[in-house]
Amino acid sequence: MTARRPGRKTWWKTALGVLFTALMLFPVYWMFNVSLTRTRDLRADPPHWFPWDPTFEGYEAVLGQQLPALGTSLLIGAGCVVLTVLVAAPAGYALALLNLRGRRTLNFVLLVAQMIPAVVMAMGFYAVYVRLGLLNTVGGLIVADSTVAVPFAVLLYTAFMSGIPREMLQAARMDGAGAWRTFVSVVLPLSRNSTLTVSLFAFLWAWSDFIFASTLNRNGNLIPITLGIYNYIGNNTTQWNAIMATAVVASVPAAVLLVVAQRYVAAGVTAGAVKD
Amino acid sequence: MTTIPTAVGTSRDRRGVAGTVPATPAGRRRRHAPGPSRWAAVGFAAPLLVYLALFYAYPLWRNIDLSVHDYTIRAFVQGNAEFVGLEKYAEVFGSSTFPAALWNTAVFTIVSIVLQYSIGLALAVFFRSSFRLSAVLRGMFLVPWLLPLIVSASTWAWMLNSDNGIVNSVLAAFGVGQINWLTSPDTALLAVTIANIWLGIPFNLVILYSGLQNIPGDVYEAASLDGAGAWKQFWSITFPLLRPVSAITLLLGLIYTLKVVDVIWVMTTGGPGTSSTTLAIWSYREAFGTGQPDFSPAAAVGNVLILIALVFGFLYLQLQRRQEES
Repeated sequence: MTARRPGRKTWWKTALGVLFTALMLFPVYWMFNVSLTRTRDLRADPPHWFPWDPTFEGYEAVLGQQLPALGTSLLIGAGCVVLTVLVAAPAGYALALLNLRGRRTLNFVLLVAQMIPAVVMAMGFYAVYVRLGLLNTVGGLIVADSTVAVPFAVLLYTAFMSGIPREMLQAARMDGAGAWRTFVSVVLPLSRNSTLTVSLFAFLWAWSDFIFASTLNRNGNLIPITLGIYNYIGNNTTQWNAIMATAVVASVPAAVLLVVAQRYVAAGVTAGAVKD
Repeated sequence: MTTIPTAVGTSRDRRGVAGTVPATPAGRRRRHAPGPSRWAAVGFAAPLLVYLALFYAYPLWRNIDLSVHDYTIRAFVQGNAEFVGLEKYAEVFGSSTFPAALWNTAVFTIVSIVLQYSIGLALAVFFRSSFRLSAVLRGMFLVPWLLPLIVSASTWAWMLNSDNGIVNSVLAAFGVGQINWLTSPDTALLAVTIANIWLGIPFNLVILYSGLQNIPGDVYEAASLDGAGAWKQFWSITFPLLRPVSAITLLLGLIYTLKVVDVIWVMTTGGPGTSSTTLAIWSYREAFGTGQPDFSPAAAVGNVLILIALVFGFLYLQLQRRQEES
């Protein structure tokens, strides 16, 4: 099936592949194109397929108004990564290597947890936070966002750590290392790639979250960028170039991560495949 | 975006095998070896257990509590809502929105996953044969799925705009009249479904592609020696051998499409009327979408949604277990 002579015979496949990719990525291109279009040209008929006469009004508006929102999103993303790794890495160790009693049940609970709709979690968190006064706080949002990542992260760590050769752990024990020392100086360094994958997804999910932000942080002073876009749509239905410019800026982390860490992305999807 | 997490489950029974199989005998040995005490295990798992209790169990319990009381925003703060038992559930089931939301959920979910899967599989088969740039192009297919949902949803909303959208102006070139994608009750559900299919293709492509990698190449070689063409090979080899992976991909897609809120909310807010209202959207709208939050029915709808998701969830776990055994 796999072509043995790449080159002449497969050029049409490359052409077809480029065509498919172009079709698939057209909305992304269009977002970019609209973000550079002048307001008066937005309603041009036929539409401008290429920004020959680009404007940066939209981007100026983003930098003028949305910088705090971008900062908030960064903060929430980073907080979510830290919380997720702190909770998930030791749990993965306990599940994979320490014969935790009831680990089957715990695995099961984690799988079920991933099936609970976010809208239900949002209502539950709202009910809890309204009493505790945690609505509209960055901390509250970090915790809520992390619920998406934690079960995934524990399962990913468990899958990876159960593949660590036992000899390495026994060698550490021979040297007199306890469970904690083994975890910190053997297991964690070996799991570096899992930590990268987990961090990447925890960050991206927190960065992209809309449901929790729009329910738990609606009236906050510090709103994340997703809510910034949403409010923008509500307020300026005509300024689509500015909306799309915000969208482009909000997509930057995804683009960067895809370029820098594509193998970790693919590894996250087909998790457990992370191997050193 | 939330489609990824359970990929863990999917892969554990295929790729993960490499990790778990050698581990099992060693694990058995460890039980006899004097290892760290069980208390150490509990200690390392403690943060997770506390986390699950505080941030999963408690909000979920509060959600059930909401659905069996009559919560107004005032009662919410004071905490003196009246207990009404299952009355809110009766209200929800009796509401005229319920059949509409159930139907929309079914259409949205089934059409989405069937097309995501078909297109994803076709692309996976296409990318299986290596050609110049194939890896790069396959990587680029991930882009839509990494973008924040609100970004994709607002882009689609503008593309499908009745007067100035690119979709309508392309269709006009083919002589199709203006379609009010998002504002007509006839097409709103179709419009959000199209956007959702686009969003789901990368996930299906990645999972199915890695499933294809596990089919040994010599099976195909034997088939082509027997004179089977590409079409025949697909139906007699690829498709049957991929069935376990397909089943899991479809079920996961189903569970995750049931929960979709962002895309629909940003594009149509479930309207016009209830024409694109799914159960998840209905719940979101009751609780957060209007000026007057109505948490009790929203929580009831949410709990119904959990039940539906869990039914398919257990089906998924059952399937996964059966595959691990075989």
